Amino acid sequence: MVIYGTALLCGCLFLGLLAGRLLGAALGIHADVGGVGLAMLLLVAGNDRLRRTSKLPQLTGEGVRFWSSIYLPVTVAMAASQNVRAAVMGGWIALAAGAGVVVGGFALVPWIRRIGDQEGGAK
Amino acid sequence: MRAILDELADKYPLVIAFIFIGALMGVSWVISAKGTRNRIHGSAIAIFLGLVLAYLGGLWTGGTKGLADVPLLAGVGLLGGAMIRDIAIVATAMGVGLDELRRSGPGGVVALLVGVVGSFAVGAAVAFSAGYRDPVSLATLGAGAATYIVGPVTGTALGATPEVIALSIATGLVKSILVMIFTPVVARRIGLDNPRSAMVFGGLMGTTSGVAGGLAATDPKLVPYGAMTATFFTGLGCLLCPSILFIVLRWMV
Repeated sequence: MVIYGTALLCGCLFLGLLAGRLLGAALGIHADVGGVGLAMLLLVAGNDRLRRTSKLPQLTGEGVRFWSSIYLPVTVAMAASQNVRAAVMGGWIALAAGAGVVVGGFALVPWIRRIGDQEGGAK
Repeated sequence: MRAILDELADKYPLVIAFIFIGALMGVSWVISAKGTRNRIHGSAIAIFLGLVLAYLGGLWTGGTKGLADVPLLAGVGLLGGAMIRDIAIVATAMGVGLDELRRSGPGGVVALLVGVVGSFAVGAAVAFSAGYRDPVSLATLGAGAATYIVGPVTGTALGATPEVIALSIATGLVKSILVMIFTPVVARRIGLDNPRSAMVFGGLMGTTSGVAGGLAATDPKLVPYGAMTATFFTGLGCLLCPSILFIVLRWMV
């Protein structure tokens, strides 16, 4: 059933958020240290295990697929809720720093990718 | 009539949000097909229009949530808010292969470190060239160049002034918006067409909303890989910026 997939997904998210906040508290920061990332790792690991023991019924997968197909509309809504006015009001310092970091980041993608291939052992 | 609309907006915000976002995406797909002859993807146009509307909403209401501050469209803030967004992001992990993840891991970790430290350096350098000299402001503005969460977290931890904290948020927002808009534009040139590059991309850029939005407009299959590293970025930034990076900066200045 679709709800099982949704519950599974939210279970992973909740555990991940919990772990992220506990980790943050342990490190003395009042923020979440990658909770969503941890949740995704949980879902990937759990999904992999379920797939191998073939205990994952069709509709549970559909529950999760429903949410990932909602993803784009949610992203558009997120874009429409951004504080763009404040970004524009930040003036040239915000623009220079923001743009500089973005350009630098884009440029580095192929380089770091190559380093990563060497570290992890390329195919 | 007005009172009825206000009441509906108050009690059924999500209903109105779905109508609005559905219409916006429909318009975007038409613009993509007829206006750009399918050269620019409908999702990229939709996200761009969303940002434009967010700006207009902010101008009109003077608020901080873009279009969601318009009372009738408050549901848009719920639909695009942290909770539903995070559920949708985690759901995309359903399409992630564990082996691919293991192979991409090291690159992602390297990207994270380079991304956090590099953003901090660039942000602090720009702040320095703008005249800031005290380590607290420099560190806060450097942190803002990481993400718009790391900035204020660092600023609050170090005791920066409200103006500097606000500027750090603005910097992070600019970064997030630029990533959202330009990722589909540069994707092919930087080899952003496979999971490994996506993980490196997420680790370098760091802004979860920017990475999620940018990859959604590029290739939705890459979203989980990019989002996975990006969501660790903020945590790593909050950890490093107020501590080690600040100490190094203070020693340098």
